[in-house]
Amino acid sequence: MLKNLCKKMFSRSLWVYHANSGGCNGCDIEVLNVLTPYYDAERFGIKLVGSPRHADVMLCQGPAMRSTAKALKRAYEAMPAPKLVFAIGSCACGGGLWFDSYSVIGPLEKIIPVNYYIPGCPPRPEAIIYGVAVALGLVEKKTAPVQLKQLEYPIPQYHPSDLHVRDELVVYEKLEKI
Amino acid sequence: MSILSKLKETIVCLKAGRVTLPYPAQPQPVPPKFRGRPIFDVAKCTGCGGCANNCPAREILVLDVCQEIRILKYLGRRCAYCGRCADVCPEKAITMSREFENATNSIGDIGQKLELFMSTCQRCGRCFKEPSPLEQLKMKGYRFDDLQNERWIFRSQSYIENEPVADDIKIEME
Repeated sequence: MLKNLCKKMFSRSLWVYHANSGGCNGCDIEVLNVLTPYYDAERFGIKLVGSPRHADVMLCQGPAMRSTAKALKRAYEAMPAPKLVFAIGSCACGGGLWFDSYSVIGPLEKIIPVNYYIPGCPPRPEAIIYGVAVALGLVEKKTAPVQLKQLEYPIPQYHPSDLHVRDELVVYEKLEKI
Repeated sequence: MSILSKLKETIVCLKAGRVTLPYPAQPQPVPPKFRGRPIFDVAKCTGCGGCANNCPAREILVLDVCQEIRILKYLGRRCAYCGRCADVCPEKAITMSREFENATNSIGDIGQKLELFMSTCQRCGRCFKEPSPLEQLKMKGYRFDDLQNERWIFRSQSYIENEPVADDIKIEME
């Protein structure tokens, strides 16, 4: 449903506001790399704007910090109504390596709702383009939750209650059944 | 003068040609030492929990639901793809894959959950304890590399075979 809404709402072009709430600037460099001629993001109509009031999409880097949380929330509220938030990098997705320190509140979704996640530390420029393409419906997402189970080993399970004394010998009763 | 400079600029621009990569239409190869998402192999994993101990982001959780089943949860949210889990794994059950296209709209998609069967002692039903801390160190994963001389040998930290890293440490401690 969100994808159809995106196609309808953002069919022309995405104007992007680039917000850093206390990251290390690694993700910022990758985002600016996307806008260079090598990964020409303007093919998809993506344009960097300087104000959240002009933007459709907020690209967020860095975790939710104690010092910048209020400013980030204000920037989010300043954006006009059909808006998307991209969390770029492992800091914005989950809080980063310093998730448990004093100044870090945690992942970005503790302050503002996040629509798309692009993990990586930092993500490659291709990964950022891929995330935007997923949001625009150009490509399908590749990840899915994985659940793996180890097969039980064929080891007989002994239990003292199954041991019985028979003719001066201790016999394990269930031995034949295994 | 200005027309000449513009013409010069045009020639420079035309010389450069087309540099834009046709990325989402065609796949883009990654550099050889790139580390992507870690992939856990459930058949090789012994459930020692070394990866959970070594993870700087505390991203791998070990849950013991009962005596025989241990659940290893990799959340992947704040994973920095540092490769320390793959480095420390004694069974080489974790491989750093080259997947980087992990963009998703729900964060739970990146996670991996492993259900491991932990065997118990056939006699007493409990895990036995090694006699001394030194003996415990000799257990799998922490044992000496050279058993004759009982010493550690630091191996290369490179992820590709036969290709050393820039500042590779080649120390042998006596």
